[in-house]
Amino acid sequence: MKLKHMLNIKDLHAGIDGKEILKGLTLHVGVGEVHAIMGPNGSGKSTLANVLAGRPKYVATSGTVTYEGKDLLALPAEERAREGVFLAMQYPVEIPGVNNIYFLKAALNSIRKHQGIEELDAMEFLQLAREKMKLVELDEAFMNRSVNEGFSGGEKKRNEIFQMAVLDPKLAILDETDSGLDIDALRIVAEGVNALRSEKHSVLVITHYQRLLRYLVPDFVHVLADGKIVKSGGKELAEELEQKGYEWIEEEMAAAR
Amino acid sequence: MSSVLEERFTIEPRSISGEPERVRRIREQAAERFNALGWPTMRLEEWKYTSLTPLTNIDWKTDPSKGDDPVSPFGDRPIAELIFVNGGLHANRTTLANEHPGIRILPIREAMESDSFAQHFSRYADYEKHALTALNTALWQDGAYIEIAPGTVVEGFIHLLYIGGGDAGHPVMSHHRNLIVAGRGSQITVVESFFGKGMYFTNTVTEVVAGDGAVVDHYKFENESIEAFHIGTVQIHQERASNVASRTIAIGGGLVRNEINVALAGEGASLSMEGLFVLSGKQHIDNHTVIDHVAPHCDSMELFKGILDENARGIFDGRIIVEPDAVKTSSRQTNRNLLLSETAVVDSKPSLEIHNDDVKCNHGSTIGQLDEEALFYLRARGIGEEDARNLLVYAFASEIVERMKIDVVRENVGKALFARLGRGETR
Repeated sequence: MKLKHMLNIKDLHAGIDGKEILKGLTLHVGVGEVHAIMGPNGSGKSTLANVLAGRPKYVATSGTVTYEGKDLLALPAEERAREGVFLAMQYPVEIPGVNNIYFLKAALNSIRKHQGIEELDAMEFLQLAREKMKLVELDEAFMNRSVNEGFSGGEKKRNEIFQMAVLDPKLAILDETDSGLDIDALRIVAEGVNALRSEKHSVLVITHYQRLLRYLVPDFVHVLADGKIVKSGGKELAEELEQKGYEWIEEEMAAAR
Repeated sequence: MSSVLEERFTIEPRSISGEPERVRRIREQAAERFNALGWPTMRLEEWKYTSLTPLTNIDWKTDPSKGDDPVSPFGDRPIAELIFVNGGLHANRTTLANEHPGIRILPIREAMESDSFAQHFSRYADYEKHALTALNTALWQDGAYIEIAPGTVVEGFIHLLYIGGGDAGHPVMSHHRNLIVAGRGSQITVVESFFGKGMYFTNTVTEVVAGDGAVVDHYKFENESIEAFHIGTVQIHQERASNVASRTIAIGGGLVRNEINVALAGEGASLSMEGLFVLSGKQHIDNHTVIDHVAPHCDSMELFKGILDENARGIFDGRIIVEPDAVKTSSRQTNRNLLLSETAVVDSKPSLEIHNDDVKCNHGSTIGQLDEEALFYLRARGIGEEDARNLLVYAFASEIVERMKIDVVRENVGKALFARLGRGETR
């Protein structure tokens, strides 16, 4: 029984620098569901991810976003994270001087503190980190380096999935995590997400291509075009899109006008 | 003994008992020089960013007898320690270290008869051109004398602690004078720390001689009272194949000038010079460095980082000179600054003066704000905004702090820095 919605987006209008990019987006993600959002460049995929995560400069002008019954848009970015929202970034930033492990331990403990769970000490945290590192096949040496500093593109994306695995979010949003990945890295990312899948976790996979969805079979697929969801369906929609291309959607939209 | 005259501040040389003729003569010449030069003004290129008017308007007196009872920040960790309060010797913990035949650590008043003192004292710190060095040379009260015999490797570190102000009852100025001589192939680490309370004026000169193949680490930790004036000169002379690391951490003081001057005088000498200055409120810290490549095949790496908040003003003025004979010189100079407020100001003036064409030199400077992308990244993982800011600021500083080799010093500096960053939470 999945009656409860994890995330409810209703008629969301949002943009950046006064430019409207999302133009009335509506989406419901149930608890335990995996949704894929596909769309051509410029359709608003990344804007959606950033609005949900609370990146400054991305402003919602109207509509509502409810997460576990709370007004998500009213919360600052750190509160959203503490409530269990995680964004795997499209371009993970390098932070020289901030140690990966130190950072992640601080992040996990601030989330646990907020959720009323006991914080982990250094040993407990290391044990957890080591276990999750294996999942993403990252070398332990990476963990003692600065956050993302000198990492390759694929390593950065795997680090995002590693962080996701450690932080164990209720709602994971993956913003084009698959772009630019080789086959191995793609498989690792997919395995990381599959490991998170459960009755309690929801995942929103934002992608341009269908290839990640071969490893990561979504429950629902939505097509985003010009700031709105224009088509929704099951996993077969992704395959159809791959074969026919986004032009197909655009033609359908034009015909409907 | 010193007072503000109506027209111009002039000084008479101090004299301390048992002073050799040479020292007396140097004091006289230095006093004469100071009286001729006067206080530096902003008309001088080297002082264009810093006005000493707030300092020169005060009727300073020297008075080593009063002050707070000092607490050493490093506990019993230094192998030897000299503590000075308002310029006078307060505690001497050198007995154990002096049992080693290769180590001599004395209050400098007691070392004036030694050959090494005669050979090196006042040979490097130039009182002809520099008024504050002249002032110090004429008026110095006491300080440390450290002589390490050839081949002696000193484990651990020697700590020189200076406490200013406190209950002195009137504006007190102190002139510390130190001489560190590391013999051929010796190894030594010296840490100088400056603390205090209330308003006072510290004017310190430390001469360091690194003999052939000597390894010298010199740390300066300036954490003076926020009302204090601090002018400090570290003058380093490097002989052949010597290796010197100079670390300056400046986080205290109201008006501060750090001068670090190094002469790479012997072939194949190597220098790494690092500095970190962290300012807020109305603090003014002026860092002035000169690295003079005199001999061939020397290398120097210089990195200064500044973190400025509120209405603070910081300066990095670094000059690298490559003399005509200094072929195969390799030199890199970098200054990076982080501005945390719109009203903080930093002036960065790196400069290179190259007099031969067989060198590899580069320099650069940056001034920037906190990386908003990094800030969001940390927040998006659950770290609160204030913590995220502090984490990023500390990360910027950590490049310098983490390279400090002595654990207790690194931890202490790190703690002081964290406390400072906490204090800057007025935004």
